[in-house]
Amino acid sequence: MLDRTTDEDRIRAFGALPQKGLPNPGPRPEGEEEELLKIWATPTGWRLPTAVNNTVIGILYIGAAFVFFVLAGILALVMRTQLAVPNNDLLTQDLYNQLFTTHGTTMMFLFAIPSMEALGVMLLPQMLAARDLPFPRLSAFAIWAYVVGGAVFFTTVFYDLAPRGGWFMYPPNTLKEFAPGDNADFWLLGIGFIEISAIAGAIEIIVGTLRTRPPGMSLDKLPIFGWAMLIFAGMIMVAFPAVILATMLLEIERSFGWPFFSPEGGGDPLLWQHLFWFFGHPEVYIMFLPAAGLVSMMIPTIAQTKLVGYRLVVLALIATGFFSFGLWVHHMYATGIPGLSLAFFSAASAAVAIPSGIQVFSWLATLAKGRRRIRFTPPALFLLGTVFIFVLGGLTGVMVAMVPFDLQAHDTYFITAHMHYVMIGGMVFPLFATFYYWAPMVSSRLLSERLGQVAFWLMFIGFNVSFFPMHITGLLGMPRRVWTYPDEVGWGGYNMVSTIGAYIIAAGVAVFIWDLIKNFRVGNAEEDNPWNAGTLEFLPQDDYSTRSIPHVTTRDPLWDQPGLAEEVKAGHHYLPNAPTGGRETIVTSAIHAVPQYVIQMPGPSWTHVIAAVATAATFLLLTVKVVTLAMICAVVAVAAMFFWLWDVDRGPDKGPVEIGHGIELPVYVTGPVAHGWWAMMVLYLVGGSLYLSYLFSYLYMWTVSPETWPQGGAGLANLGWPLLSALCLIGSAAAFYFTKRVLPERGRINLAPALLMGGGALLACAGVAAEIWGHVQAGLRPTQSVYDAMVYLSPVLTGQIVVAICFMTLFVLLRHARGKLDNVRYANYENTALLVYFAVGQGLLGLLFIHGFPRMVG
Amino acid sequence: MKRAGPLLLLLLVAACAGPQSALSGAGSGSGRALLLTIVMTVGFTAVFALVLGLTALAIFGPQGWRERFGREGWVYGLGIAFPVVVIGALLLWGFAILGADEALADAEDPVRIEVTGERWWWRVTYLTDDGRRVESANELRVPVGRTVELALKSADVIHSFWLPAYAGKTDMIPGRTNTLRFVADEAGRVRGQCAEYCGGAHAFMAFWVEAMPEAAFEDWLEHEAGPPPETSFPDGETVFLSSGCGGCHAVRGTPGASGEIGPNLSHVGSRTSLGAGIMPNDREAFVRWVADHQEIKPENNMPPYDILNDEELAALGAYLEGLQ
Repeated sequence: MLDRTTDEDRIRAFGALPQKGLPNPGPRPEGEEEELLKIWATPTGWRLPTAVNNTVIGILYIGAAFVFFVLAGILALVMRTQLAVPNNDLLTQDLYNQLFTTHGTTMMFLFAIPSMEALGVMLLPQMLAARDLPFPRLSAFAIWAYVVGGAVFFTTVFYDLAPRGGWFMYPPNTLKEFAPGDNADFWLLGIGFIEISAIAGAIEIIVGTLRTRPPGMSLDKLPIFGWAMLIFAGMIMVAFPAVILATMLLEIERSFGWPFFSPEGGGDPLLWQHLFWFFGHPEVYIMFLPAAGLVSMMIPTIAQTKLVGYRLVVLALIATGFFSFGLWVHHMYATGIPGLSLAFFSAASAAVAIPSGIQVFSWLATLAKGRRRIRFTPPALFLLGTVFIFVLGGLTGVMVAMVPFDLQAHDTYFITAHMHYVMIGGMVFPLFATFYYWAPMVSSRLLSERLGQVAFWLMFIGFNVSFFPMHITGLLGMPRRVWTYPDEVGWGGYNMVSTIGAYIIAAGVAVFIWDLIKNFRVGNAEEDNPWNAGTLEFLPQDDYSTRSIPHVTTRDPLWDQPGLAEEVKAGHHYLPNAPTGGRETIVTSAIHAVPQYVIQMPGPSWTHVIAAVATAATFLLLTVKVVTLAMICAVVAVAAMFFWLWDVDRGPDKGPVEIGHGIELPVYVTGPVAHGWWAMMVLYLVGGSLYLSYLFSYLYMWTVSPETWPQGGAGLANLGWPLLSALCLIGSAAAFYFTKRVLPERGRINLAPALLMGGGALLACAGVAAEIWGHVQAGLRPTQSVYDAMVYLSPVLTGQIVVAICFMTLFVLLRHARGKLDNVRYANYENTALLVYFAVGQGLLGLLFIHGFPRMVG
Repeated sequence: MKRAGPLLLLLLVAACAGPQSALSGAGSGSGRALLLTIVMTVGFTAVFALVLGLTALAIFGPQGWRERFGREGWVYGLGIAFPVVVIGALLLWGFAILGADEALADAEDPVRIEVTGERWWWRVTYLTDDGRRVESANELRVPVGRTVELALKSADVIHSFWLPAYAGKTDMIPGRTNTLRFVADEAGRVRGQCAEYCGGAHAFMAFWVEAMPEAAFEDWLEHEAGPPPETSFPDGETVFLSSGCGGCHAVRGTPGASGEIGPNLSHVGSRTSLGAGIMPNDREAFVRWVADHQEIKPENNMPPYDILNDEELAALGAYLEGLQ
């Protein structure tokens, strides 16, 4: 009904709809809710692992993250026991080194980031009243890969196989020469899984937040947590590629001897630090932002008033994300960096305190604005604990941003204290507040208020007893990562206090676990909105999420739209049924949230579970060098993915459908409106940042070791090869481009698209091969110097995308052969073609750069 | 206590500071950093108290006060204006300190010492004014009041040279040479330690520094540059040489002891500590070290010498202690 008008008219007309009454005012037909329940039912019994509902896999996700938190916490207790007195020999040196590496790696990669993503998976769709995330099996896949990979990584600590290079894994200490054995490879493996699940999560969160908001929830009405997760995902897209590249370089140097980090071949250990901290510093904010978003959601409910300064808080979140990329060098003050750059990074590091300050004062002002004095429920206590701990950690953060102070404090227990104040205050306490606050969404019973208070006080007191003295221990000279210390330096007493505090924290966590055992029961709560909150996740829920999807007109709909909960529950809002007979939710426009189409989503399946386990097994087996079995697992993984994706591209047959207010929506779209297209764009950004990280590394190494770059044209490839490579790549893109024109009518199959796509994929392979062959001809060997290694890395990076393209093309060809590809239903083809264009663009840029730059400077 | 007397607390802590404390401020750079530390600690304690006070006000305050505080203007004032001013001032001061530290680069005639981090000890080479290289290990002696210029290198992985009493830390990175300059203000003995995790025995990579009057330093350096006095324990020397110790360790003036892999032992008996700052330096310690060093300092790169009997060990210990 809205098609023929302009966009602005559509938005206006849509905005006026609420005045015309409810979207579906009439009574709902008998059996409709039963059908919804049947469609969205969570598989039971032995089929439970096949579930994809965001609330179900969300529990698995957050549960696994919490288990890792407890396990890594136990490691910390063991370490604290070792450090309680000087010259202690409870642990051996080597075990301690493995323990602190595993503690840090697990807390960072297996607890902090996953738990925030888990909350995104679990809470975000509910806050947006979406029935599920846009790619349910993708998130389930990422979660299973994380659970399997994480569990294997953690258990290495029991077999003397855990890495011992610290969670930051600085080379050369982690190169084969100084770290023989597979231990370091297990670290690389562990972080590989978090890379996969983080990127998958970022795709879900960005597409989910921008495209599956309820009708009417324009961006300026997005709950703060949505904003936080959007920025969180954006930061992952920019930051993670840097560490993905770094881990690739390290594994390549460890396995094949390409000298990226060894000075003997012109490499530089500092390249790792730049890449690692370009990721590692934003990562701290990647953990903090979602937690801060949650605090900004809970504080208004606790104060029973709207957040003071919504726009300012959104700006602060954006500013934090922005600043966080300008201060990675503050981990590198002591590396001998020139004074001027130190000044820049020092200023940026201190400035990041400002957006954090904005949020803290917005929270305090909101508490003050509340009409009644707050009740000290467990969430309220944990939030106040957050303010106390986080503010103290923020202030010491400004201290360490000052270069002269940091040169003393860096790598001492002062930093241990600071970062635990920031992370436990900025992330763990909000997480516990979240557990207590949102438990009713997934548990039929609230957690105990009394036990929650006990847990809070134990954790709060224990935390400060444990970590406050560390500021002093650090200033008295105690470096981090030492497994023991002598008596004469005078750190004994402080360490003993810290150890006692650690046990008090453990007691607090134990009380919380006891509370979980006693009261946490998966199911629907009797009371939908126990805290009288204003946002949509407290609408009446069942397996299908909300009965109908509300038309939102305000920021706090449950407070400002009276009767909404009853209307939604009675099915009077949008899509109260399942018109295609399967799982579906509404896709809306990115800014104004005008309904665009109904997405048909896949349901439970073993395929993505098998794919995840097989993927995990492949990498694990490669790590321990059982190559044959690894290859078998890889084949299983790819096959499982083919089956998983086979029934995802469902075609337009069941549409269009009416969702309410007479709005008719298609159930299948392609092109820039489609959620798949958006996911590909997110992937473009990820791939683009990865390649930019590579270009940075190339140029950085040129500034460090220009002598390994070709002088006067010697050792440069004959230009014929890159020209041939460029022709092949362009040919590949053209083949995929023209495929669209020859796609068959419904129900037909013709040979042209198959030939074009098959040929296109082969041309892409040929393009990469020609580039590599040219360098081989020119006598370059990647193990020879960092220049040679960097030159070969470019086609390797493009080559890995081309490998993915080959599998995707094979999949599309199979669909074509089965008559499932035509000129309407071609999302599979379109996404493959998009990846081809990206690979070709990157390949061409690479050719220009690799062959142009040395000629320009040489 | 945290809120009431931060300065008092700091002074109290500083008073009972050990030999490795950043609060002793015994050098030029560390003194400036210490003042910054004190000012920030006091100032931020006040800010922290303010935030706690406002939190209490927001929750328990009288209705009127709370209403006034519940406005967006406060967020602008306290969240933006206030930190901009405080942080701006601190940054300017921080830059000034950096500038002052860099001014040491202009010092005339600094004492030049090359320190190389090795897993897990320090190779120390004094570069004398007349161009000689005097090698020592695991201990530094510096003159009081004169600029010391350290060239910091690494032989294997990344280490970090940290001598908190005199200066902040500077990394030792393979393939690079970093420079650290400081002035020791008073004579005395302080401890330093590797601050960058460097694998295995990182915890056991420390060193002692003795700051001494200029003239005494010159005398000491002249002595250090020469061979040790003739040994009075020739049996120990025989054990030393026949066990192959000289393949890795040098003793100046002793044929057969010119190895460069391990620490130079020419004057090992005169050092403060053994095993890179982890044991006292006496005859008994030498014996324990040779017999048990993989227990004392696991993973260190010296091969085990459990073939030596007690008699041989005693002789070796006496010989090493005599290398003054």
